Amino acid sequence: MSDIEKVFQKLKAQGDGALIGYVTGGDPEPRFTPVIAEALVKGGVDILEVGIPFSDPIADGPTIQAASVRALEAGTVPKMVLGMAGEIKRECGVPVVILTYFNPVFRMGLENFFRLASNCGVDGVVVPDLPVEEADDYCKAAGACGVYTIFLAAPSTSMERLRKIVGCTSGFLYLVSHFGVTGARESLEDSTVQLIKRVLPYTAGQVPLAVGFGVSKPEHVKCIIQSGADGVIVGSAFVKIVNRHQENASRMLEEIEKAACELKEASKRLG
Amino acid sequence: MKALSSYPIDGKFGKYGGRFVPEVLMAGVKELDDAYGQAKQDPTFCKELAYYLSEYAGRPTPLFYAENLTRKLDGAKIYLKREDLAHGGAHKINNTLGQALLAKRMGKKRVIAETGAGQHGVATAIACAALGLNAEVYMGTEDMKRQRLNVFRMKLLGAEVHPVESGSKTLKDSINEALRDWVTNLQTTYYLIGSVVGPHPYPTIVRDFQSVIGRELKEQIIQKEKRLPDALVACVGGGSNAIGTFYPFEDCPEVKFFGVEAAGEGIESNKHAASLGAGAEGVFHGMLTYVLQDNEGQIQNTHSISAGLDYPGVGPEHSFLKTLQRAVYVTATDEEAANAFQILSKEEGIIPALEPSHALAFAMKLARKMKRQEIIVVTLSGRGDKDVEVVADFLGVKI
Repeated sequence: MSDIEKVFQKLKAQGDGALIGYVTGGDPEPRFTPVIAEALVKGGVDILEVGIPFSDPIADGPTIQAASVRALEAGTVPKMVLGMAGEIKRECGVPVVILTYFNPVFRMGLENFFRLASNCGVDGVVVPDLPVEEADDYCKAAGACGVYTIFLAAPSTSMERLRKIVGCTSGFLYLVSHFGVTGARESLEDSTVQLIKRVLPYTAGQVPLAVGFGVSKPEHVKCIIQSGADGVIVGSAFVKIVNRHQENASRMLEEIEKAACELKEASKRLG
Repeated sequence: MKALSSYPIDGKFGKYGGRFVPEVLMAGVKELDDAYGQAKQDPTFCKELAYYLSEYAGRPTPLFYAENLTRKLDGAKIYLKREDLAHGGAHKINNTLGQALLAKRMGKKRVIAETGAGQHGVATAIACAALGLNAEVYMGTEDMKRQRLNVFRMKLLGAEVHPVESGSKTLKDSINEALRDWVTNLQTTYYLIGSVVGPHPYPTIVRDFQSVIGRELKEQIIQKEKRLPDALVACVGGGSNAIGTFYPFEDCPEVKFFGVEAAGEGIESNKHAASLGAGAEGVFHGMLTYVLQDNEGQIQNTHSISAGLDYPGVGPEHSFLKTLQRAVYVTATDEEAANAFQILSKEEGIIPALEPSHALAFAMKLARKMKRQEIIVVTLSGRGDKDVEVVADFLGVKI
């Protein structure tokens, strides 16, 4: 059984949901990423998602766009982020997934990318601009290296496509909560709950279901887990804290840990 | 291998093209593909488009024999396909009328578009005004400064202009922002893309609507010269006027294709926009194609005197034609384009846009090497009024 599966199984047995925390690799500088990850895990994050910054992040809102700019300006390159993922995995002992747009992977070459990812101990990869139709070679290369392919589903995904997506997905299915880009939101849309209920029958017994995009508050987490999802993904809410306290690292880490802790509490179903 | 004109197959030109978009948009591109597939078979739709192209946009545009320029160069005969005479002053209207009619047919009242120089934004605003749709145009703040006149034109035409502050604040960033808008408003909004780029089916839709250029010129040259031309020359940014020119001739191997990209301050200066000439295969804006990028796969900023060629990617069909060596892609620098701009103005009394001035610069070199009985057709994709200030500035002239 893989590390990701172990995490979901253990939490399920306790009746809890998984908290997946995102950090942009190299933001605001490469040396920050491992300590931010550590703070997230201390606060209760179960799985870490580390982003490779990209020049043209079309699925991201202003918060993660700005983080990508900072990371690129600080000289962050994809190989460096894979190395960070390896370090985080060793130090924190939680599963690590990489989030990247497709071009950096394509540029490195699929085999090279997955070989390196696998050597670093990366558990899975999410590529927001790679639909399953374009992913045959990608899935083969990932499979050959034992790295999970985490695909996304969205409110506009037809049930027919959903079946296909679940078939290609390993680790967990990443469900996009609403029409839009990433970014912290005040409230969860009612349609998100309905969406989760619509998707659950397709993932049940196949892969865990995690919900992301716009999830930033404990009440969002509670609502999503109560709707039956296996996990939540929180990104921009953490990245905002990084941005706000760039000049004061200890304050940044303190607040990240606190935010993670509150979100983790909310993910405990019987808590 | 199949006839070139039968591509794309499954959304791909060979290996190029495809649909590399966020999952949310997969439903959007499929809906568009279905709607376009039906529309192009529908005689009512085709008739309506033909009506607007002739009665509103002023087609067919003339194929003009540039006798003075030909005499000066003492080589092949040069013809100009006068897209600068189409309504709005550029070929862009061919595509925006087609897609705006499609948007209307799909019941989408809100139309979004990106623009670099402002020509596509203006053409979108025109088509939407004519067809009663609401246009919103994304434009980089850097481009807004360079093209103030077009910003005001769009507003006059009733469009809303959204300034884009992200990234390099130019065309590629306004496409990013338009894609983000589309992800958010998929159900109500039509994304009217301005070139043969983006995810399938956009490169095909835009090519089909722009092919009116090549179809007309084929008929016109046969009427005038009783034969096909020896060479077609067009500028390539995203590549829509070039594909529109080439496509009806793709299966006529005796007609050579030359696509001219912007070499800016010179390829070696790294300040250029020659995706095919100096880029590498990559995945950008939903397509696999040639892209200007660094070793890590980050998209690079581009430079050209002409904002319309200032784009780090290129239509996937061009990547396909390059790989097959069906088309030859060359470059012209800022300086060569500015020279050609002045030469055509003086020789023929036609002020060309800076984009096709790149095509002219190469065509003039080519003509000198060809025989007098041979024929070159250059697509004059737009008029140069918008560029007068930029050229004066380049030449150090105060106006």
